[in-house]
Amino acid sequence: MKDNVISEMDVTTDKIKISANNVQVYYGENQAIKDVSVEIQDKTVTAFIGPSGCGKSTFLRCINRMNDTIDICRVQGDIMIDGEDIYDSNVDPVQLRAKVGMVFQKPNPFPKSIYDNVAYGPRIHGLSRNKAELDDIVERALKRAAIWNEVKDRLNAPGTGLSGGQQQRLCIARAIATEPEVLLMDEPCSALDPIATAQVEELIDELRQNYAVVIVTHSMQQAARVSQKTAFFHLGNLVEYGETDKIFTAPEDPRTESYITGRIG
Amino acid sequence: MGNFLNVAPTTLLVIVVLILTALAFFMARNRAMAAASGDARKLHSLPNYYGYNAAMMTAIPALFVLAIWLFVQPMLIQNSVISLIPQAAVSEGSSVNLVMSDVRRVANGLTTAVDAGALTADAARDISTANTDIRSLLAESGVALGSEVTAEVLNAAQRYRSMQATGQWLMTAAICAISLIGLFIAMRATTATFRARNLVERFMLALLMIAASLAILTTVGIVFSMLFESINFFSLHPWQDFFLGDKWSPNFRGDSDLSILPLLWGTIYISIIALLVAVPIGLFAAIYLSEYANSKVRAVAKPLLEILAGIPTIVYGLFALLTVGPFLVDLFGRGENGILGVDWMSGATSVLTAGLVMGIMLIPFVSSLSDDIINAVPQSMRDGSFGLGATHSETIRQVVIPAALPGIVGAILLAASRAIGETMIVVLGAGAIARISANPLEAMTTITTRIVSQLTGDTDFASPETLVAFALGLTLFVLTLGLNVVALYIVRKYREQYE
Ligand SMILES: Nc1ncnc2c1ncn2[C@@H]1O[C@H](COP(=O)(O)OP(=O)(O)O)[C@@H](O)[C@H]1O
Ligand SMILES: [Mg+2]
Repeated sequence: MKDNVISEMDVTTDKIKISANNVQVYYGENQAIKDVSVEIQDKTVTAFIGPSGCGKSTFLRCINRMNDTIDICRVQGDIMIDGEDIYDSNVDPVQLRAKVGMVFQKPNPFPKSIYDNVAYGPRIHGLSRNKAELDDIVERALKRAAIWNEVKDRLNAPGTGLSGGQQQRLCIARAIATEPEVLLMDEPCSALDPIATAQVEELIDELRQNYAVVIVTHSMQQAARVSQKTAFFHLGNLVEYGETDKIFTAPEDPRTESYITGRIG
Repeated sequence: MGNFLNVAPTTLLVIVVLILTALAFFMARNRAMAAASGDARKLHSLPNYYGYNAAMMTAIPALFVLAIWLFVQPMLIQNSVISLIPQAAVSEGSSVNLVMSDVRRVANGLTTAVDAGALTADAARDISTANTDIRSLLAESGVALGSEVTAEVLNAAQRYRSMQATGQWLMTAAICAISLIGLFIAMRATTATFRARNLVERFMLALLMIAASLAILTTVGIVFSMLFESINFFSLHPWQDFFLGDKWSPNFRGDSDLSILPLLWGTIYISIIALLVAVPIGLFAAIYLSEYANSKVRAVAKPLLEILAGIPTIVYGLFALLTVGPFLVDLFGRGENGILGVDWMSGATSVLTAGLVMGIMLIPFVSSLSDDIINAVPQSMRDGSFGLGATHSETIRQVVIPAALPGIVGAILLAASRAIGETMIVVLGAGAIARISANPLEAMTTITTRIVSQLTGDTDFASPETLVAFALGLTLFVLTLGLNVVALYIVRKYREQYE
């Protein structure tokens, strides 16, 4: 099932980037995440899989505190990034999010030009001293998101005019333009066609060299293709977490096995 | 009262048609069921559709003819009765139309008297001016006449009555017949394979199309009526003065200055002040309500704001007259006794008074439109911005507002066209002096208020001083129409952005 053999070798040496301990998430009375503990490695692609509604997105959104924007959502337990508790009262969620980039399920470019889309984060965080530097940041982000060649001649065209796959890569460029350390992706390919999906997957594999990437996906093939570690969620519980190969070839938990063989959906 | 016999038979007729309609519905439905030997699945359409179809056939042609009949019959009668009135009977200073309305009043009066029992039907038919004082007779039954009834008028009135009675009978017979024929045709058509559903569908389509075209036709009608009167005006008054002059001073000597510019200036000045008040406040209120307020605050504040929108503008006018105007005078006027100790403002009516109050009136308008538009910006835009580490206000400033901007501009233009068309607040708040001045503390006046005052005076309807109202109205119409078209175009373009 696994085709990129090289990636496995450099996995083991990486340090822990994110560690979550006994995380509980409630939406009002309804508990969406039950006592989840997990350690996510740096420079690794970690996939979250599981049936729809099991809490993958909810858990992902805990990592950059996006759940703070939902009134009824409460998060308990602690999540550390580089040993620092991100739910500590000293931490500004706004700054945290500059460090932990996020790419959403549906491509959501702003109704601005391609350039302004990518420059949005750097401008807000004051990452450039002048126009030339900003140009440079934008170009680098677009190149790293593998979309530079397609858009370099029309940086002033609206981002909303691109195709779905291009929009999603633009959103990835927008996320990496702020130089995050962690990149969260919530089903980034679910609105894309197979060719665009392949391009984005290739990109994810590239990004692994610089970031810890966490990707939620409903496609087990995709998890197998792009990730080195896989976490299987079911009904708000983290059922099994380990090397992707192992999860897909020799799962320990019967629920994991049922899911990957298609019996829980 | 005089109308009792005019309306009652018609009402009765309508009721009869409606009863026939209901009957048709049940009969056709039963017939359809019988044709399918009680098994609705064998029918082409659901049984109710056969009923609807028969009801349509019974009611619509009959009611349609009835409507036309009610419209045409009085005209026909009038035309034939007018020929009975000799030219000599039209006294000096009167007109055929005035005599005609006497005829109608006498005719209706006689009918009322018969209804009230003051006259028998025969006596009413045989009555003559020679041996009866018709005026006092009718006065007893509560019908007041302006002058003595002449023989010609009475004659015409009698003719009027008899024609009306005949018309009534003809109409009743014709409508009942049409209704029954419709019923009969529908029943004949009701068989198991008859496509009643398709017919009903087409009827619905026609109904909707009629509604749509009525709306459009009215607009066209309004434009044309204004256009004709405006053309009349321009044939009496030079257009150069109207569009390019700088004075508005109607008088009765026939050499009025009737220029739109001072009025247009007042209109635009007041509207700009109103927008300067309404746009920031309305927009900020909308941003607060749609972005920050929790659902409890929104549940209270939104309806409250919208209540403001329901207040009649005359009430705002009173507010301007009684509260805002005097306050502004306290602030900017009265020299030593005033709050600022200046003497810039003498009367309570001013551009500023009207503009402020009109701005208050427009706040809910701007805020509720902007609120809808801001809410239409997809949540994913905000998430994208938050996800990049933007704060709430950065997100609003840099993503939400720019995304909503075209729609907000549209909302502002709609508000502007309301401000331009507003009348009552200006009447009470801005004064009645037409002038071009930059001082907002002076009284000025607007197009709308001049239209009202030109049409409510005692002047001859055919004079330029009166007809200018239509030219003003037409200009106003074109102005607001243009604003609305631009606004709707912008709003629509913006809607497409997220599809
Ligand atoms: N904004 C929200 N408000 C209330 N409940 C929510 C919200 N978002 C998610 N949930 C609930 O939390 C659970 C997990 O949802 P989610 O994390 O979106 O699942 P997944 O991404 O795995 O499909 C679901 O039961 C869902 O109904
Ligand atoms: Mg999800």
